[in-house]
Amino acid sequence: MVNLKGTVYRVSGPVVTATGIKPAMYDIVRVGDERLMGEVIQIEGEYSIIQVYEDTSGVKPGEPVENTGLPLVVELGPGLLTSIYDGIQRPLEVLQDKMGHFILRGVDVPGLDHSKKWEFKPLVKKGDAIKPGQVIGTVQESTSILHKIMLPPNVEGGKVTDVKAGSFTIEETILTLDNGAKVAMMHKWPVRKPRPFAEKQLPTIPLITGMRILDGLFPIAKGGTAAIPGPFGSGKTVTQQSLAKYSNAQVVVYIGCGERGNEMTEVLTEFPVLEDPQTGNPLMARTCLIANTSNMPVAAREASCYTGITIAEYYRDMGYDVALMADSTSRWAEAMREIGSRLEEMPGEEGYPAYLSARLSEFYERAGRCTVLNGGEGSISVIGAVSPAGGDFSEPVTQATLRIVKVFWALDAKLAQRRHFPAINWLQSYSLYPEYLASHYAEHAAPDWNETKAQIMEILQKEAELQEIVQLVGSDALPPEQQVTLETARLIREIYLQQNAYDKVDAYSSLQKDYKLWKAILRYQTLSGAALKMGATTKELTGLAAVTDLARARFEAKFEEAYAAAMKGLENAFTEMAAKAKKHEVLA
Amino acid sequence: MAAKTPAAPAAQTTQKEYRTISNVKGPLVFVQKTHAVGYGELVQLRLPNGQTRRGQVLDTSGKHVVVQVFEGTTGIDNDKTTVKFLGETIKFGVSKNILGRVFSGAGAPIDGGPEIIPDDYRDIIGAAINPYSRASPHDFIQTGISTIDGNNSLVRGQKLPIFSGSGLPHNDIALQIARQAKVRGTDEAFAVVFAAMGITNEEAKKFMGEFERTGALKRAVIFQNLADDPAVERLLTPRLALTAAEYLAFDLGMHVLVIFTDVTNYCEALRQIGAAREEVPGRRGYPGYMYTDLASLYERAGNIKGKKGSVTQFPILTMPGDDITHPIPDLSGYITEGQIVISRELHRKGVYPPINVLPSLSRLMNAGIGGHKTRDDHKKVSDQCYAFYAEGRDLRGLVAIVGKDALSSRDLQVLDFAELFENRYVRQGRDEDRSIEDTLDLGWELLATVDEKLLTRIDKKTIEQFHPKYKKAGTPVKAH
Ligand SMILES: Nc1ncnc2c1ncn2[C@@H]1O[C@H](COP(=O)(O)OP(=O)(O)OP(=O)(O)O)[C@@H](O)[C@H]1O
Ligand SMILES: [Mg+2]
Repeated sequence: MVNLKGTVYRVSGPVVTATGIKPAMYDIVRVGDERLMGEVIQIEGEYSIIQVYEDTSGVKPGEPVENTGLPLVVELGPGLLTSIYDGIQRPLEVLQDKMGHFILRGVDVPGLDHSKKWEFKPLVKKGDAIKPGQVIGTVQESTSILHKIMLPPNVEGGKVTDVKAGSFTIEETILTLDNGAKVAMMHKWPVRKPRPFAEKQLPTIPLITGMRILDGLFPIAKGGTAAIPGPFGSGKTVTQQSLAKYSNAQVVVYIGCGERGNEMTEVLTEFPVLEDPQTGNPLMARTCLIANTSNMPVAAREASCYTGITIAEYYRDMGYDVALMADSTSRWAEAMREIGSRLEEMPGEEGYPAYLSARLSEFYERAGRCTVLNGGEGSISVIGAVSPAGGDFSEPVTQATLRIVKVFWALDAKLAQRRHFPAINWLQSYSLYPEYLASHYAEHAAPDWNETKAQIMEILQKEAELQEIVQLVGSDALPPEQQVTLETARLIREIYLQQNAYDKVDAYSSLQKDYKLWKAILRYQTLSGAALKMGATTKELTGLAAVTDLARARFEAKFEEAYAAAMKGLENAFTEMAAKAKKHEVLA
Repeated sequence: MAAKTPAAPAAQTTQKEYRTISNVKGPLVFVQKTHAVGYGELVQLRLPNGQTRRGQVLDTSGKHVVVQVFEGTTGIDNDKTTVKFLGETIKFGVSKNILGRVFSGAGAPIDGGPEIIPDDYRDIIGAAINPYSRASPHDFIQTGISTIDGNNSLVRGQKLPIFSGSGLPHNDIALQIARQAKVRGTDEAFAVVFAAMGITNEEAKKFMGEFERTGALKRAVIFQNLADDPAVERLLTPRLALTAAEYLAFDLGMHVLVIFTDVTNYCEALRQIGAAREEVPGRRGYPGYMYTDLASLYERAGNIKGKKGSVTQFPILTMPGDDITHPIPDLSGYITEGQIVISRELHRKGVYPPINVLPSLSRLMNAGIGGHKTRDDHKKVSDQCYAFYAEGRDLRGLVAIVGKDALSSRDLQVLDFAELFENRYVRQGRDEDRSIEDTLDLGWELLATVDEKLLTRIDKKTIEQFHPKYKKAGTPVKAH
């Protein structure tokens, strides 16, 4: 190992310049008497520029710097799930034990518990030839997840000369190969290096989120990428948390990147008691949290997204569908800007480093549905929140992100102000996946799913056009058919698009429920159109009790029953209307 | 003045004095040929006239040391002024005797009171609370103001700023809250830590007068950096205040309400330093790290598992040009847990407190209301009032164009509701302390003016239980 010792030359906030260490880019170094952890991010002649993951107060020129010669790695093995880490995979629970309620510095903690024993069940035997990525055995990591121990991708394959079964720590050798390799349940992987896979697959399976507007109108595929930009308070975090709770991923990696401490606490208190709708186990059993909040060191914030995606890749390699949420990628970009500005680099737009968009694409490129090394299939869906300055989507981070991702969920401050939640603007948002997903929906949700969706979208478009006229003349001036369109669109907005993330029942909506609500609203439109022809007035068509019942049915635990009753009421209301109209005719 | 500042004993040790200042630029001083100086170290400068100033190391290398001077650089020269590096970071001496005391914006007592003997010296930068150690805030604070309690409820440990504009009565609102705030079911008053940053003498007098009049001063710690005090000192003021607040909350177990006014002045100071350092600016000339810097203040609110006290923050900021997208409110909004927005329009109409509930938000509201915390109907009443008010305000725009005749009867009811809402619900007296029940009952009274069928945000059961119509009829349907 290199282990070259040098000295601190300059300290400016989180950026330290050292001389005498001759590092390679991204080597991990120990800075100062307290051996603070840092990473080399630039080399200029004899000067090495280091971003330090901890507070640098008190560090002086002349203090020692030591190069480890190793890049920033994460520990991969059983114990990741149910954990909460900072941006460089230090377990926050252990940090609390070591330094109390506040995060102090200079404490080194491994990412995984090295003394805990796990029950390992081998799947290979002596004499088997195994390849990198191959599953050599399993560990029941949590109630939800069977952890597959693989031959690490950076270890050469060979013939098994010995394999053990039983209870081991993650460091103990469980398998040896004829090439001399000793394999334990844990291995390390450099976070900035994507883990290898065999081949990317087309995104043909939807990630079902339980959010009506997403699943119905702007779906994301398993292995897909989505961005959710919006001004403060528009619902990025609530949406991300909702996806973390209800999406049908098997493993969730949730990165709180430069955001609020209380939000992470909320996840930490809720997830152990909330039920995973897929398995009935606590949600925490499928979740790994990374919390590098806004007041924690920025360099570790920069690292947090890499730490998270590497953990996600590890579970993908086991053949799981992983969903990764990064809240917020803007804070990540800002961390790059803060560090970059101390390097006296030529900045790009709005002071962001020129490599911003390259970093963002490298990150999102690590998403995907893949055939993994062992021939199985896994996926990582990446959903990134974006926090544009002033809520203005033309700023660099939003723009760079939109050039990469395939789904755009545009949050709208106006909708949020109206308490129309989720405040996703249906005219501005898009998904590029439907072309791949259409047949899946037709097969698994409803044969005419895609056509029905088109009808719904069309009404919403129409409404937008009509609204422009209404702004000028008021809605009463419109012809009755158009008023019916407006009323139908209102129902789509209020019954279908709006969804209360805090309501026990409404928070999750199945595809069947989504579809039924669509059909009900379209039925209302059809019946209203017919009623108009028979002479009904638009007044009679609005404010029907059955429609209110339909809106309320969403919140009923027994949705099917409430829905059936509301639909019956709807049909009856229109039959009565028709009868009344006939009477009028007779009388006239 | 700085000499009176409680400083850690270590600072008194004799250190080498340098007379090697090369440049003085804005609030910055560049010192050469020093010993190895630590980043963030406290610095003492002695001027030719004998005055002393304090500063902090911003950049340190073999070449030179950059010092940011808190009390201004007026009178500092590059010949006779001497510089001493104190070998430690800035600390504040804490003790329970800080209650009832007034300090300068740099932490020196200025009320002529007795000397404070600190129990401990705390680094004012403050470490981050481990997210794992936080306890979720959920104790409803009744402020007595309907628009806050009813629609944007505050909870203990929250950071909820007031977004205001120049000339609006944000200070009155802050004072009313400081006076009336209580957690339901307890009589325990909050301790108030008040940090004035760049406000005028007159405003400061008003705050002080109020604190004295109501006896709140006994339970308050005050830090004053006024408009004519050095701008850079403002970078210390809120940190001193938070250090005091954390001590009261997490060492002494008190519930602390921290009021900052005005965060905008703080941000201006930040911009000034950035410009002097010739940093690449972010939006509108503010430093690219302003988000992180503000977060290092706002995130110091909260509750900690196993600790009795709490720190609740009520920062006030004035939006330049009433523009909510300006970097100061924008970055604040991205960090805080909601915002209370003051409206110039309501103020002009003579409504006090002129809080516009539409852009206002409390993100922790759901955690603090309902059932045993406030009342079962709280959320529903709030949602319905909010929806009608939003719609009613839109309709005003339409009426201005097409007149009332074009409106449906539903629209007319909603339009009237908006009017009533502003005049009865939003408007209240400066000393009017409404209980949450009063607020919710008032909400129902206004909702009852609208056709029951239109109350789509409220379920049947809640209507039958709380709607005045059913209450009067004496047939409230009991929820089980
Ligand atoms: N689907 C939803 N259902 C109900 N309420 C919601 C929903 N989405 C958002 N909200 C409301 O909006 C508030 C703000 O949402 P959220 O915290 O997700 O905003 P954000 O976009 O993450 O803001 P920031 O950028 O400041 O973090 C929530 O506290 C909640 O009151
Ligand atoms: Mg958020």
